[in-house]
Amino acid sequence: MWRDNLRGIYYIILKDVRTYYLKPPSISWGIIFPTAWILAFYLKNPVGFEELIPGLIAMTILFSTTAAEAVVINFELRLGSLERLLLAPISLSSVLLGKVLGGAIFGLIMATVTTIGSVVGLGLSPNVPYLTLIIIPSSLAFSSFGALLCVSVREVFEAQTLLNLPRFIMIFLCGVIRPVSAMPTILQYLAYTMPLTYTVNGLQHSFSTASSTMVLIDALVLMGFFITFILPAIKLLSKKFE
Amino acid sequence: MGEKVVIQASNLTKFYGEILAVDHISFEVKRGEVFGFLGPNGAGKTTTIRMLTGLSKPTEGKASVLGFDISSEIVEARRHIGIVPEISNLYDELSAIDNLLFMAQLYGVPRSKRRKRAEELLKIFGLYEWKNSFFRTFSRGMKRALTIAAALIHNPELLFLDEPTAGLDVVAARSLRNLISNLRQQGITIFLTTHYLEEADLLCDRVAILVKGKILKIDSPKALKELTNSCSLEDAFIKITGLSPTVMAIEKERRI
Repeated sequence: MWRDNLRGIYYIILKDVRTYYLKPPSISWGIIFPTAWILAFYLKNPVGFEELIPGLIAMTILFSTTAAEAVVINFELRLGSLERLLLAPISLSSVLLGKVLGGAIFGLIMATVTTIGSVVGLGLSPNVPYLTLIIIPSSLAFSSFGALLCVSVREVFEAQTLLNLPRFIMIFLCGVIRPVSAMPTILQYLAYTMPLTYTVNGLQHSFSTASSTMVLIDALVLMGFFITFILPAIKLLSKKFE
Repeated sequence: MGEKVVIQASNLTKFYGEILAVDHISFEVKRGEVFGFLGPNGAGKTTTIRMLTGLSKPTEGKASVLGFDISSEIVEARRHIGIVPEISNLYDELSAIDNLLFMAQLYGVPRSKRRKRAEELLKIFGLYEWKNSFFRTFSRGMKRALTIAAALIHNPELLFLDEPTAGLDVVAARSLRNLISNLRQQGITIFLTTHYLEEADLLCDRVAILVKGKILKIDSPKALKELTNSCSLEDAFIKITGLSPTVMAIEKERRI
């Protein structure tokens, strides 16, 4: 049984990456949008572009992983293609895991492109194992976050609208543009309830000389977010088919 | 034809909130037969298929498919069943052959056999010429044919067909009926829902007449016609259900 589930997950990832992710709109949304935002903030306040790089990578992961979840889940729900997957001899959680991992892998690819571009362009020297330790759980956390919001609605436009609100709140509160420590105390508390804060923190540590413990804590918290999002997403999807 | 029971439903019931969609139905489907579920819109035909294939949980009652309990072993059962839903729901962005290969992958068809089986089905369904064309470019009849081909990719023992010819033109519908007859000759058990009473008369060994979630009668089309002293299954259906010919005419219009 577990072999069937693993096979199902693998082929769903391959199909989704091929069918949806590696298409110009997904790529541009995942890379161009965060870059444009960061450039806009830099032009408004042109000091230390290097300091914005962790935020840029974090935004790339956030936008690329969540961008196509509405398509791979809501569009397929509407067309009935998701139902077809659920009729295959694999569990419902494997179907959703396949969808989430597809998004996470796309996020990983986009983050790698942005990171290499920034490192080469600005001559930065990050700690690669630390970066990996943060980017992988971040991709999983944001992809499962996208899945959770998408399974709670039916239409693609509803999902996109629902996704936009937390995306923009996180951009402003999670240290992408302005350090969390510079914000009022209440907003700092709020920031630490959001996964993007740990991504930005972890990435900042990867570009500095922080200890491995700090990076490890960020990575563990992000894995915690992944589990916190994926479990209710599975439950919600299974409720749709009761 | 063997007498082994492949579907056994007992008091199967489904409520959607306050609405009773399927009302304590019990029936059996034997190996190798074409079993038709007939009824007007909203009779509970699709809901029954959804319960039998695990897409919807019964509120009450139980059922087994190929000996597997639908509540606890449905994933096991799915290895041996093919399902053609009412809507042709393959992937628009994939070609005909890629759609079949993806289904073969999901159903665990061995790698060495996937392409051969997919091409064989494309030939059987007359789609080989369009094997590299995207699903979205297909006509409704071609989409239907490919959806059935996809359901057969893993050589299922039992095939669920939900309104297989709905929305098809006369020629496509006739060609599809011939395909269904061929599948029956290959020994595949078929559970079919349809609005088309002529179609049921032609294809089914036995039919269940379903109205408002309840089964009113189960028998062969011939026996139902004899029972009601009717010359067609449609007449028999009207006499059994008490639905007026006007309602049936409206149903027919909706189908067209």
